[in-house]
Amino acid sequence: MIDLHGYGPRLLEGALVTIELAVLSLILAIFLGLLTASAKMSRSWLLHRVGTLYTTIIRGVPDLVLMMLLFFGGQIGINMITDWLYDQFNIDIFININEFVAGVFTIGLIFGAYMGETFRGAFLAVDSGQIEAGRAYGMTQSLVFRRIRFPLMMRHALPGLSNNWMVLLKTTALVSVIGLSDMVRVAAEASKATREPFTFMIIVGIVYLLIASVSEWGFARLQKHYDTGHAEAN
Amino acid sequence: MADTPIPLEVRNITKRFGDTEVLKGLSLQAQKSDVITLIGASGSGKSTFLRCMNLLEQPDDGELIIHGEPIRFKQTRHGREPADWNQVVAMRAKLSMVFQGFNLWAHMTLLENIIEAPVHVLGKPKKQAIEHARELLERVGLSDRADYYPAQMSGGQQQRGAIARALAMDPDVMLFDEPTSALDPELVGEVLKVIRGLAEEGRTMILVTHEMAFARDVSTQVVYLHQGQVEEAGPPAQVLGNPSSERLKQFLAPKN
Repeated sequence: MIDLHGYGPRLLEGALVTIELAVLSLILAIFLGLLTASAKMSRSWLLHRVGTLYTTIIRGVPDLVLMMLLFFGGQIGINMITDWLYDQFNIDIFININEFVAGVFTIGLIFGAYMGETFRGAFLAVDSGQIEAGRAYGMTQSLVFRRIRFPLMMRHALPGLSNNWMVLLKTTALVSVIGLSDMVRVAAEASKATREPFTFMIIVGIVYLLIASVSEWGFARLQKHYDTGHAEAN
Repeated sequence: MADTPIPLEVRNITKRFGDTEVLKGLSLQAQKSDVITLIGASGSGKSTFLRCMNLLEQPDDGELIIHGEPIRFKQTRHGREPADWNQVVAMRAKLSMVFQGFNLWAHMTLLENIIEAPVHVLGKPKKQAIEHARELLERVGLSDRADYYPAQMSGGQQQRGAIARALAMDPDVMLFDEPTSALDPELVGEVLKVIRGLAEEGRTMILVTHEMAFARDVSTQVVYLHQGQVEEAGPPAQVLGNPSSERLKQFLAPKN
């Protein structure tokens, strides 16, 4: 049997942190992605520019750099504001950015940009006649979105979305640099302490692979759901 | 009769796409049980005109009056738009449209397609909507296709299904945008038969079509459009049987 030198429970906790981080980031990324896609397809010049700026910056800067910028830079920014509040109004507050929240925020922000492109392409792939039929039958814009545009779009978005998710899942490993005890960080500590890096890294690798396999199964089911009715899918 | 509001009236509709003026002031009145057929060469503006009637296209100018109630418009940066979208939504629910490309929702079965708007737009109880849908399916001869997806049906079946979907709204006026143009010739007949049945039972309908013989049979009024204007209009016997316009004569002349 593999000897974990008592690191088992902490590794498990780390794995949970990884999963929580990934799922919450995914939710934020999907939300931001839908917003970005709508902004980029909007006829408002300003919204279009804001959306484009966001995706350009995020996609052009390495994830690790963004994460450190947002985490350390964010803390410096907040400190400056609280110092100023103290100087000016004698208000004494101290805000410390929580690593977990920072992680979710950064990863969500990064992948929101990629999701934005995925969703935009998928929305454009929906036959406009389908949307028109909804409007012609007295559906409001939100009803058209919920009942027609979204379900038809998802079929086109899912391959890209699942790909983004896999990359996102692995990107969570970066949070160890901002001090969050995810699975990778725990394993790294354990490797150093026990001088058995192979044992711990292989376990981490297997856990990632496991999560990825479960997700693939989940995405395949979703794809099947959203493919319903489409001839080429049968 | 004079006191009954006219189901659909349009006055002086104009529409331009960029620099091209496609509709140059078109008017039309659909009394109850009227079957009005719009004919004309492609590019004459007949489909655009029809799409202006339920505001799938926004006319640049002109009035749209549904049951005596005018649609209110306002000017925006993007041109003229309805002032109250709720009014438009309510109006569209009374004017069902049948499209050239059928446009049945691909992710729903035929039955789901038919009950979708009655349930979610009109707020009809689902059970009642399903009962009504089954009657309509029987009527268009698709009782055995209720659980099929659009992609599993022929074009003719899809279009008959789309007509059932339109009927499920209990519309005051039905708009048909070239309902048979996307069909293989051998499937045209089954769709025309259904539409003919609707005309016979006194449905108010406005059709854009290229089927001249059909137009002659079912219409109460035929409108011939040329370059966004009415060139000739009247009862089918007159417009199709004895046209006065030289252009219309050419348009109706056998092509081979």
